[in-house]
This record gives sequence, structure tokens and C-alpha cells, in this order.
Amino acid sequence: MSAPITRLYVLVVALFALLIAFTSRWTAFDAQALRDNPLNRRALLEEQRIHRGLIKADDGTVLARSRPAGGGTYRRTYPTGGLFSHAVGYSFISLGRSGLEQSRNAALTGQRNEVTSLVDQLSGKRREGDDVQTTLDPTAQKVAINALGGRRGAVVALEPSTGRIKVMASVPDFDPNQVPRQFRQLNQQDGSPLFNRVTQAGYPPGSTFKVVTAIAAIDSGRYTPDSVVSGANNKLIGGVPLRNDAGEDFGPISLTQALTQSVNTVWAEVGETLGKRTMAKYMTRLGFYAKPPLDYPPGERRASGEYCDPGRGCRPAGELLPPTSRFIDVGRMAIGQDQLAVTPLQMAMVASAVANDGKLVGPHLTRRVVDPDGRVVSDVSTPSTRVMKKSTADAVAQMMSQVVKEGTGTAAALSGVEVAGKTGTAEIDVANNITQPWFIAFAPIDKPRYAIAATVERSDGGFGGTIAAPIAKSVLESLLGGGSQSGSGSG
Amino acid sequence: MSARNRELLGLIPASLLLTAGFAAVFIQRSAQLSNVSLTYGGVFLALCLAAHIFLRVTLPHADPYLFPLVALLASFGIVMIYRIDERLARDQAEWFVVGLILFCVTIAFLRDYRVLERYRYLIALTGIGLLVLPRLPVIGGTTNGAYLSVHLGPVSFQPAEFAKLAIVVFLASYLRDTRQVLVIGARRFMGLTFPPLKHLGPLLVVWGAAMLMLVFIRDLGSSLMFFGAFLALIYVATNRLSFVVVGLGLFAVGAWFLGTHTPHVAGRVDAWLHPFDPHLYNAVGGSYQVAQGLFAQADGGLLGQGFGQALLNLPGGGRILPAAQTDLIYALITNELGLAGAAGVVLVYLLVVQRGFKIAMLARDSFSTLLATGLTSVIALQVFVIVGGVTKVIPLTGVTLPFISYGGSSIVANFVLLALLLLVSDRARRPE
Repeated sequence: MSAPITRLYVLVVALFALLIAFTSRWTAFDAQALRDNPLNRRALLEEQRIHRGLIKADDGTVLARSRPAGGGTYRRTYPTGGLFSHAVGYSFISLGRSGLEQSRNAALTGQRNEVTSLVDQLSGKRREGDDVQTTLDPTAQKVAINALGGRRGAVVALEPSTGRIKVMASVPDFDPNQVPRQFRQLNQQDGSPLFNRVTQAGYPPGSTFKVVTAIAAIDSGRYTPDSVVSGANNKLIGGVPLRNDAGEDFGPISLTQALTQSVNTVWAEVGETLGKRTMAKYMTRLGFYAKPPLDYPPGERRASGEYCDPGRGCRPAGELLPPTSRFIDVGRMAIGQDQLAVTPLQMAMVASAVANDGKLVGPHLTRRVVDPDGRVVSDVSTPSTRVMKKSTADAVAQMMSQVVKEGTGTAAALSGVEVAGKTGTAEIDVANNITQPWFIAFAPIDKPRYAIAATVERSDGGFGGTIAAPIAKSVLESLLGGGSQSGSGSG
Repeated sequence: MSARNRELLGLIPASLLLTAGFAAVFIQRSAQLSNVSLTYGGVFLALCLAAHIFLRVTLPHADPYLFPLVALLASFGIVMIYRIDERLARDQAEWFVVGLILFCVTIAFLRDYRVLERYRYLIALTGIGLLVLPRLPVIGGTTNGAYLSVHLGPVSFQPAEFAKLAIVVFLASYLRDTRQVLVIGARRFMGLTFPPLKHLGPLLVVWGAAMLMLVFIRDLGSSLMFFGAFLALIYVATNRLSFVVVGLGLFAVGAWFLGTHTPHVAGRVDAWLHPFDPHLYNAVGGSYQVAQGLFAQADGGLLGQGFGQALLNLPGGGRILPAAQTDLIYALITNELGLAGAAGVVLVYLLVVQRGFKIAMLARDSFSTLLATGLTSVIALQVFVIVGGVTKVIPLTGVTLPFISYGGSSIVANFVLLALLLLVSDRARRPE
């Protein structure tokens, strides 16, 4: 009876091989599909058991920390409440993540590359998150939120030479600690507090966009700051007469003067002369037409540019238009009108590039990632790209300094520090006098340390110079430290 | 080296594994190594040594590898169960001791196991009686829709674990008598060889019993196990593949009929085929178990999460992996030790099966050969049925993973099974 027993044994070997084959299938070949199966809650539950790293401000203030929540799980708390609600975001099992909690999730949960994780696994090391130290400045952030004073709007400030974002304020904000309880409310609430106006809002930039036009005009070699252009009222732009503010007729005027007085007809003519192609070239270099390269979730960033208004005949509505689209009125775009929708972050990047001698450094929120043992895992620095000649940057900076000295932006002047800036006042609803005041700036002029963009949404009247410039001023004051004396408004 | 010395050496890796395993779970649980882990290892080693000395005296020639292999599986099982629940591990350790006692008692009182042949019909009746017990009112009860256990006061046990021994003993004995006539009196019909009707009768009864088990106690796994062991025995006894083909055909017809006509069996098949169907997943007794078993395995990957480190307990209480200590323990093993650990466990079972068949081949009389074949086949099939169920090779049915799963009946019955195998082995290898 040996032969059948041997064959029986061979059958058992075959059956057991089948068991191992199927085990391999689930553990290796189909494992990813099983992990991604929507019914599989393991990853979610597993995540709860990871001690997420801290998120800290630049000065060490803890912005987010994990506390034990029983059963080996942790729960996120945000000691500074709504101060950095949008930049930091939130992380809750039931609601997912946003902000840095999302974009730096890999670091915060201690994800390592395959080799390191294998070594850790073999040595039985428990997975622990790394700390994320941000570039954010809590003092200046507080000043920014206070300056907005409950008005819907956004302030963003960064270091032009490094790209480090110091202030990212969006009002209304929210208390991330309350998110699990109030998520539905927050989502439906008037004013959309979960929405980050710095990176997600597309506002008409108004006259602040004239800085972009000035860069294109001078860098392309077609104009100099002293070039004289007619500032007559009601010039034909795109075949339609364009009015200056208050219908003022400036006559022949230099570009510097035209920026200082924010003369629409001059800059619209410059835009038309340069053409769509040249404007597109400089806008693309400055970061328009792409999501800003920020360490922030892609879903919470928006590209700036011309968005299709179906009233012009373009399709589909609300989509980003190609920069040279025939639906673009380049003259009106050059003065920040037409169908432009830009983020405050994008306008801060424009100011930053001018401030940094024409080089644009990618903005970022993370300074460094530090592991639980205090070792620096990565020091974040972003590449810089030259978007204009240094001479162009110097010339535009000079023009912008005139704006604050004697033009529309005098309210941003700081005592002892020279500020360069540009105001903007986009008309949202002419009948009800609803505007979108803007101010972009950098300071100090000789060695710029900070660039800033501030805007207020649907302001009840008011101009960039009266509404937005004071906000930018107080934040710059705070960032530059000590400059606590109120700036002298020289006019 | 003598057989018993080899056995003694074989126990060392088993106790080392137990100690290391407990240490790992302890470190994971309390971040410190207490001497309790060493105590556990020591106590286990002492128990195994006692059993070993007993074997030295009573069965000096028995196979030296079986006992260490089983000790390895049992110690591994205790560590896994300890990792799930300390209280369960204490129970299991107690049952382990009871199992060892019964192991020794079996060896002591059945020195000549061939007396079993004399009582074969009584044994067969006992086996069937045991199977029917869970259907009786008061003491019976269902687990996941199957009648699997009997409750006697505080103690509950699964009679199928003991019935499998009775049925194998009966079949081995019956086939020893009839194997000749089954072959000689066979008729060829339509290219297949059929045994004579007179001798076919009792075999049809076994088939009927297996079918009845499906309907009556709804125990898909046990019925597959019994019928598979039956076919293995018929094949070895007659060396006629046609009997197996006919038997498989009959079983397939029966299984198909029941699979489509009884809701319980049909549900298991549906859960097997579509574990991720949302309706089945959320249904009571649906595919939740199968799906969670697969998720746990995927979570394990190649090397696993480590002893005691896989996700098991949910924050709000309860466990993500249902029946982790019994039916789905293989999924937890894969989760914690990965494909490597799971393959290792399967390999140990393969070694046990190899030793079992070796014993069958060495046996000097047909009854011994058939008994060893039957007992070994039952173990192999039980492993295949439960691991195959967890890995979605076949529908998941509730049988235990021998020596590893939590359960007194399983541990005790399997130790008696081991005792029988060693008795056969000792007789076979005893120098004349």
C-alpha cells in the first residue's frame, strides 16, 4: 500500500502549495488592491495609532500635537486654535486631512522609504511621526488677523530671498479643534471658513496687476520707467473706450508717474502694445497659469490667470483660458480687469520676485522636518528661477517705492523703513459700491526682507490705499520687528 | 542517536520559540521584558520533558519527530492566543495539560491499539452519535448557523473533533476486512470500476452520513474533512482511483445540490465568491469574516507586522478580525508574521503529514497502515479546509487549525490522535 500513500502525500504537497500560493496572492500580489479596498478600514484605524509629529511655528510654538485618546490611539489638538487654521489644517480620522496636515502627512506619520522601514520592522521599532517645523510667525499672523478685523480677506507674507511664508491669514477662519463637531456647519456656513483665501480664492487683482505689466514692459526692452505714454481719458482699448479713475485726463505721462497715479489708460495701452504673447511669457514666469509650487495640498491651491467668462463666448465657463486665447482683452487684463482671477499668494509672489532682484524663490511653509530623536530629516529649501533682469527688478522697485512715497499707497509708509508697493481696487459691484481693495508690497527697499499681499473681499467701498495698505503696513511693521511707531501718512 | 534523544533535541527549538514569542508579545504590551515570559517557556519545556520521558519509557521506538513538531505548533498556538487574550491563553494552557494527560492515558491503556478493531461498530455508532449531539435540544447550539458545539453546564465541546477519530478508526478497520473483496468483486461498468453492491453499502452509508452532516448539522468543513479522509482511505486500501472518482462525483453532486438548495451552505458559497459585495459584507453571517481575513493577510505582507503588533483590537472595544483565536487564526498569523511565517506554519504541517504517512508506510499490518493514513489525512484535510477557507481557496467553514487554534476539544482530540499515531509508529519500528 506504499504507492498510493506516496501519491496521497504528493496530493497533500500540491494542496499545501496551493495554500501558500493563495497566501502569497493576498500578502504580495493583490495586497495593494486589498489595502485600497473601500471596505478596508485598517489603514484608517492604523493611522489613529500613530503618534503624529508636532507641527510648530518658526519660533517653536506648538501648532498641532497628538494626545493619547485611549486604546493606544491618538487624537489631534491644536493649541493655538484658529490662528493658523488654514496653513496647518486639520487631521481627524472621520474627516480626513487638510493643509499641512495633509501635504506633510508622510513626514508626520513617520513614513520611511522601503529599506528603512524594513530595518525598523526587523528591529521592532514602533512607527512614530516626525515633527514639522514651519516658517510661520505667530506674532505677525495675529497682527494680520486683527488687521483684517473680521472682514473677509487674506494676507500672505513671505521672505523673497528664501520663499519662506511667514503669514498666511484668511478670514473667516475656524478652530480646528471644533472641526469634528462642526464640520457640516463649517462647510455650509456663510463665508466658507474652511476655504483658504490665500491659495484658493480667485479675485480680480485690480491695479496691483500693473506691476506685472510694468515688469513685462521694461524687461522686454520696449519701455523704460521714463517712457512717456498718453494718459488721456476714454482711450479705445480693445475697441471700447476705457475710463480713468474719476474720468481724469493725465495727458502725456511717464511710466513711473503712471504707476504712482495708477493711470488705467497708460497701462492698458502698454499691455496692448506688448501683446498677449509677451504678457503670457512674463505671467507664466511669475507663476500664473499653474498652481503655485507650495507644500500644500493640490486641491487647496488654485492657478491664477484668465478664467473663462461665458458672456464673452468662450467655453467651458469657469475654466482657465489659454494665455493667448482670443477671448482675452489684453489691454484690460494689463490693468487687472478682464477675466483675471488671481490668488493673494500669486500677487505676493509677484512682489517677491521684484524684491529679490528678479529671482522668484518657490514659496513654502515647511522649514525643516525633525525626527523624534531630534535629528533633522530634511531642511526645506526651494529653487529660485530668474523671471526678469536685475535691472528690471530695480526699476520696478523704484517705481513701486514712488507709489508709497507720493502715490496711492502712502498709507503703507513706515517710519524709518522704505516700503515699495502697489495698490489695487477692483470694482465688484459698481451699483452698490462694492470693491476688492488690494495692496502688494515689500520692504525695506534696499535689502528687502518681506513681501506681502493683502486684500479684502467685497469691501463696502474703499480703495486699496485706504483699506488694504494699512493692513499690509501693520503686518510688515510686526515682521520687521519693533517698527511699532505708526507710519507717517505723508499725504 | 536513538530516536528518543533526537526527540529531546527537537524539543529545544520548540521551547525557544515559545520563550521568544512570549518575550516579543510582552515587550510589545508593556515595553519591558518580565520574567513571566521565561517562566512560561520553562513550564512548557517541563511539560514537554515529562511527556518525552513518558514516551521514552512506553514507546521507545516511536517516530522521534512527530512530538517535537506538534509541540512546536502547540507552543506557537499558545503564543498567538496569548497575544489575542491572556485569559484565553490560560484556558488553552490548561487544555494543553489535559491534552497531554489524555495523550499519556491513551498510550498507557491502548498499548495494543488493535483491540479497537473489535469494537469498530460501537466506535462507529459513537462517532455518529457524537455528530448528532449538537442537534439535540438543551445541550446543542449553533455557531454561525452551524450545529457545532454541545454545552454541558459550564463546559462546551465540539463533538466533531472526537467523531473524526472514531470514524477513522472504524473506516480503517472496516476497509482492512473488505479491501480485498472490494477489488476482487468489482465490476466494470461504462469504463469505471464499481465495487460489489454488498460491500458498497457501508461506504454509501458514509457518503450519506457526510451529506447528512451538511444538511443536518450544516457543518460544511467537517463533512469535507470526513469525506476526504474516507476517499483517501479507500484509495490507499484498494489502490483504485476509480473509487475516488466515483466518490468525488457523488460528493460533488451532493455539495452542488446542497449548495444551491440550503440557504446556509449557499450563503457560505456566495461569501466565498463575492467577499467584497457590500450586501454580503454587511449581511449577518455574510462575507465580513472572509473579507476581514483577506485584509489582515494583505496587511501582513511578506514579513508581517511582528508578533503582537498587528491591528486587532478596535479603539471602541471589539476586534477587527472576528474569530481571531479560532477560525481566522491563520489570517492573524499571516498578519503578524507575514507570508514567511504563514508558509513556515504550513511547512510544519507538511512535515507532520510526511511523518504520518511515513508511519503508515512502515506499519506492518493493514489496519495500522490504514489507521495512520486516515489519521494523517484528517489532519492534512483539516489544515487544508481551514487555511483554504481563510485564503479563499474554498468557502470558509468553521474548523480549527489543529494544535494552534483556541479550543479544548480540538487540542485534546488532536493529542489523542497523536498518541494513536505514535502507538502505530512504535509497533512498526519495534525490532522483532
